[in-house]
Amino acid sequence: MTQHRRPHILVTGAAGALAQQVINQLRDHCDLVAVDFREQVYLGDDIPSYCIDFNKRVFEDLFRRYEFDGVIHLGRIMSSQLTRMRRYNANVLGTQKLLDLSHKYGIKRVVVLSTFHVYGAVAYNPALIDESAPLKSAGLSADLVDSVELENLANIYLWRYPELNITILRPCNIVGPGVRNTISTLLASERAPVLAGFSPMMQFIHIDDMADAIVLAYKRPVRGVFNVAPQDWVAYQHALKLCNCKRIPIPSVPPALPSLILRTLKLRSFPSYLMAFFKYPVVIDGRAFAKEFGFSPKRPLKEIFRFYRDNKKPV
Amino acid sequence: MSLASFLKSRLIPEDLEQHVNRIRKPIGTLGYDPWGYNNEAIKYGLALTRQIYEKYFRVQAHGVEKIPSEGPVLIIANHSGQLPIDGLLIGYALASRKENPRMPRAMIERFFPTVPWLGNLLNEVGAVLGDPVNCAKMLANDEAVIVFPEGIRGSGKLYRDRYELKRFGNGFMHLAMKYKAPIVPVGVVGCEETIPAIANIKPLARTLGIPYAPVALPVVLPAKVHLNFGDPMYFDDLEIPEEQVTERVEKVKAEISRLIDKGLSERKRLF
Repeated sequence: MTQHRRPHILVTGAAGALAQQVINQLRDHCDLVAVDFREQVYLGDDIPSYCIDFNKRVFEDLFRRYEFDGVIHLGRIMSSQLTRMRRYNANVLGTQKLLDLSHKYGIKRVVVLSTFHVYGAVAYNPALIDESAPLKSAGLSADLVDSVELENLANIYLWRYPELNITILRPCNIVGPGVRNTISTLLASERAPVLAGFSPMMQFIHIDDMADAIVLAYKRPVRGVFNVAPQDWVAYQHALKLCNCKRIPIPSVPPALPSLILRTLKLRSFPSYLMAFFKYPVVIDGRAFAKEFGFSPKRPLKEIFRFYRDNKKPV
Repeated sequence: MSLASFLKSRLIPEDLEQHVNRIRKPIGTLGYDPWGYNNEAIKYGLALTRQIYEKYFRVQAHGVEKIPSEGPVLIIANHSGQLPIDGLLIGYALASRKENPRMPRAMIERFFPTVPWLGNLLNEVGAVLGDPVNCAKMLANDEAVIVFPEGIRGSGKLYRDRYELKRFGNGFMHLAMKYKAPIVPVGVVGCEETIPAIANIKPLARTLGIPYAPVALPVVLPAKVHLNFGDPMYFDDLEIPEEQVTERVEKVKAEISRLIDKGLSERKRLF
């Protein structure tokens, strides 16, 4: 009797908390290989882990050696990390390399993690933005170009190579234990800057729920782009209040002033190119994903904020 | 008792609190909806508006019961008076009606979200950026939406042009047809006299990046306001050329004009 072959999956961005959650959910039923271009992480003896730049030739060796069935691409470098040029190389050119190799080696399923930042925070944004809305972010800040480009690239491959079964996920703010992005840093801090007079509506998804969403998406080969967000909303300043965070108002007019203040105070947790996201709402509509994949988040906002309230000073 | 709850108990009458809690709305676990509406903020908003509505403008509303008690509905009115007071009063009339009150949403100018504090405040009390996508999504959510198809052309007009309806946009008719939403026309009389403007300083408006800069008294006069709600108008969702859509818009406009005339004839005095 032939033994059933377990699916072989490549997971990128393995150093991140989200990837590790996804890996933990999949490790019992799949053979995983973890890759990150920032650092090598130990994920147990059963999971080979590599620190490789996607643009290097040795990356292709992994595809030859492990004969992957699927790729879960979570390795997008966030806009608050590294320089613009390095981010472009890693996110855009690296992703292209990954998708080229996926096509070359006959991969049947690809999940790409994007972000709601691609929509761009503009004063004229309607609420409940759906997947067909234009990606305005690149017009706002050159620092978000790589995020938009990564998406465009994944979209091109989605239509050109239908056999790759690419699904692109655009989640709202991912927060929770272990998450190191801008918004998580702010919620976890004792004091957080806010733009005086602006408290945009925000959406938050718990890292556990997001990991569930990625695993669900991987298991059902439905091609397309999907927003991932719960049907719950809160104003930014209210969220900070619930996290027991002291708010420091920064004057918002004239527009150059807040950037100047943030630069002077070296407040890296409030990057100037993400400023618009703390001024104008980007509320996305996650109903298409919820319906298609039968997804509903389990952690309510109150629970998320309770975690940040209780963990102001991590050990 | 904390300061916040003490203030709340003084500012918000018990009956109003219960009234708001009775109205069913699609909101999240923290009392917000995607457009920024907040269930607690609206209580303060309504408590304040009650004073303005009853004591200051002494509003007389006729036919507010004609607005359907559920399902999507577009409330279309004439716009006037430099500030969106008319939207506030129509909203309060519907939210405070005894039978089947509804929390209406008003579409506001694109300029407001860019104004610190004011933008958020308007959102919290139910006003929404006047974008067709927003209107469509709200009608899909079975909300009652207040629209002023005249937009800036209406609110920025001068005193000498009072009660003269400006051009109506066709957008609301397309949405009403697509979402099978009845249109309830409203004739607002009195708001033209609240902030009479004699001129508009266009260069100043351009410099400040605001829609218009009126030459007017820096006070809101306590004119008596009459709101006349018409019967709901139903339009089918057939694919028709734009010309016929305009004809339908004209029908709504004519009805609003009739309701304004009714209000003007009912009016005994300005204040």
